[in-house]
Amino acid sequence: MIDNRPSRRIIAHATLLVGVFIVAFPIYYTFVASTHSLQTILRPPLPLIPGDRFLENYATALFGGIGQIGGVSVGRLLWNSTVVAVLIAVGKILISIISAYAVVFFRFPLRMTFFWLIFITLMLPVEVRILPTYKVMVDFGLIDTYAGLTLPLMASATATLLFRQFFMTIPGELLEAARVDGAGPWRFFWDILLPLSKTNIAALFVIQFIYGWTQYLWPLLVTNRNDMGTIVIALRKMISFADADTQWHLVMVTCILAILPPILVVVFMQRWFVRGLVETEK
Amino acid sequence: MATVDLKNIRKIYPGGFEAVKKVNLAIRDGALCVLVGPSGCGKSTLLRMIAGLESITEGEIAIDGRMVNELGPAERDIAMVFQNYALYPHMSVYDNMAYGLRNRRMPKPEIDKRVREVAATLELDHLLTRRPRELSGGQRQRVAMGRAIVRNPKLFLFDEPLSNLDAKLRGQMRVEIKNLQRSLGVTSVYVTHDQLEAMTLADVLVVMNAGNVEQIGAPLDIYEKPATLFVASFIGAPPMNLLPLRHGEGRAALADGTEIGGSGLSLSGEATTLGIRPENLFLVTNNDEIGGNAIFEIVIRAIEPVGAESFIYGDVGKTRLVVRVAGKTAMEPGAKIHVGAKVADLHVFDDAGIRI
Ligand SMILES: Nc1ncnc2c1ncn2[C@@H]1O[C@H](COP(=O)(O)OP(=O)(O)OP(=O)(O)O)[C@@H](O)[C@H]1O
Ligand SMILES: [Mg+2]
Repeated sequence: MIDNRPSRRIIAHATLLVGVFIVAFPIYYTFVASTHSLQTILRPPLPLIPGDRFLENYATALFGGIGQIGGVSVGRLLWNSTVVAVLIAVGKILISIISAYAVVFFRFPLRMTFFWLIFITLMLPVEVRILPTYKVMVDFGLIDTYAGLTLPLMASATATLLFRQFFMTIPGELLEAARVDGAGPWRFFWDILLPLSKTNIAALFVIQFIYGWTQYLWPLLVTNRNDMGTIVIALRKMISFADADTQWHLVMVTCILAILPPILVVVFMQRWFVRGLVETEK
Repeated sequence: MATVDLKNIRKIYPGGFEAVKKVNLAIRDGALCVLVGPSGCGKSTLLRMIAGLESITEGEIAIDGRMVNELGPAERDIAMVFQNYALYPHMSVYDNMAYGLRNRRMPKPEIDKRVREVAATLELDHLLTRRPRELSGGQRQRVAMGRAIVRNPKLFLFDEPLSNLDAKLRGQMRVEIKNLQRSLGVTSVYVTHDQLEAMTLADVLVVMNAGNVEQIGAPLDIYEKPATLFVASFIGAPPMNLLPLRHGEGRAALADGTEIGGSGLSLSGEATTLGIRPENLFLVTNNDEIGGNAIFEIVIRAIEPVGAESFIYGDVGKTRLVVRVAGKTAMEPGAKIHVGAKVADLHVFDDAGIRI
C-alpha cells in the first residue's frame, strides 16, 4: 500500500472524492433545500447553493411547532428521540454486561441453560414478538411513555454474547489476584471488569444508540400522542400524500436535525474507542 | 509471619481427578519452602489450596495455628505472586500496589507511605505512574512482588514467578527474592519446576510427584540422600546415573551380567538399582585406586565439552552412563576407559524405589 508515485496518488484521491461526492451530495442537497422557502422548493429547479431562510426555517421547526404533527416542535422530538436512544443503549449495555458477568464468572445451577435461553432470543426479532409485546405494554399502561418506548427493546443477546466473549479472554489469574487483594464480586466488576470493557462499551453504545434512534415500527405502534413521538416517526407523519400539504422546507430541516445527533455520537465516541483500541494490552 | 501446617491434604477435582494425595507438611515461621516436581504433579493445586483459591477436598490447613479451610483468600492474610504477574492492566504501578490496601480500608497517607517505601526498595520509584504494558518483563515481575510486599502479609505464595524471564534475569531475580524474603522474614511457599531454582532458594525443599510428597528436607540433604528413585532422578543435572542390579547374588553385578569391579562394595539382597551422580565418577588411571571403590569399564559414545567441565557419555554393559570431568578431555569416542566411584557416594534403592 505504500506507493508514492504521483499518478497513483491522483487516481486514488480522485476515486475517494467521487465516493465522498456520491455519499455527501444528497445530504448537501437536503441542507440546501432546508434553507429555502417552500415556494422556492416547489418551483423547480432547486438552486444548488443555500438560500437565505436558514435562521427562519430552523427557528420555526425547532421552537415553533409543526402543524402536520399537531403543533409539536422538532426540539421536543429531538428530546424524545435522544431519551429513547440513550435509554435503549444504556439499558442494553447494563443488562447485557451484567448477564455476561453472571454467566462467565459465577457457577450457579442451570448456568448454561440461562445462557442458551439468552442466545435463543437472537432468533426472535422484535417484529416476530411484536403483538404479544404490544399487549403487555397496553396491560401495563405503558402506551405513550418512555418506558413503553424503550423497555421491550432493551434485552440484547448480541451484546450479552459480545461481553461474554470478551470476559472469557480475561485471564483467570486476574480474578484470583483481585480475590487475594480483597476484592469481592462487586468490587471486581466495578474496579477491574468495567474499566477493561471501556472499548467494548463505547463501540456498543454507538451501535445501540443508532439502533434506538432509527427504530420505526415499535415507536409507531406504542405512541399515539404526537408529543411522545420520535423524530423518525414525526418525519414520516409530516409528509402527507397530497404533495401540496407537505411543508417540504420544514421536512428538510427535520431531516438535517435528525441525522445530527447520531453523527455527533459517532464522532465523540470514536475518539474514545480508537484510544481504547490503541491502548489494548499486550 | 506465621507457621503453615498441612494435615492430610487431598484434592479431587470435580472431574474426579485426584491431583493431591494426602500431603502432610509443616513450615516453620520465616522459612522459604519450595515445592518442586515435574509438570502436573499438583504443586500449583497445593499452593492454590493454601491461598484459598481452590477448595480442599479433605484435610486441614492451618496458618499460624488457626484453621483456615473455610476462609476466603482475602481473609487468610496472604499475598500471591502469579506466573503471569496478573497486574491490573488499566491501573498504574502505584494503583496496582495500592489496590489491596484500599480494599482493606487503610487510610490514604498510610497507603502512600507504604507504597513509596516498597517501591524504593524494589527500585520502582520512577515507574509509579506507568501502566503495566509500559514496563519490561523484569519490571512487571518487580511490581508483582511489590504488590505482595506492601500488603505485609503473614504468608507469601509464589507460583513459578520467574518462568517468564530470560535466564540471566531469572538468576538475578532469584537472588533478589531470596534476599528480600530473608530480610522481611515472611514465611513463603514457592512453586517451581526448575530444580536449580529450587536448590538455591529453599530453606525447606518439598519434592512432589504425581500428587504425593516424595521427600521433605534441606536441599543439600535431599541432594546427598535422595529418599526415593524419583527424587534421585529428579534432583541434580545431569540426572543421577541409575543402573539396574542383578538380583540376590554374592558378587555385585548389573542386571545384564556386567561385573562391577573394585572392592568394598557389598549389596544387600533387596537392592535392585544403583545410583551414581555424574560428578561422583572419576577416571581410573592406575590400579591403586581400586580399594574402597566401585569400578566400571565403559565404552565412550560421546563427549560434550561445556567449557569449565565436560560430560562423557558411555555404555557400561547395556546401560548408559554420564561422567562429569573438570575442564576439557582428550579422549575420543570408541575408547574403553575405567571409571570409579567411592562406595560412600553410591545410592542403593530397593524394588519399590526406596533408598536402602
Ligand atoms: N481445574 C481443574 N480440573 C481438573 N483437573 C485439574 C484442574 N486443574 C489442574 N488439574 C489437574 O491436576 C493436576 C495438577 O495440576 P497442577 O496445576 O497442580 O500441576 P503443577 O504441578 O502446577 O504443574 P505445572 O508445573 O505444569 O504448573 C494436573 O494433572 C492437572 O491436569
Ligand atoms: Mg503450576
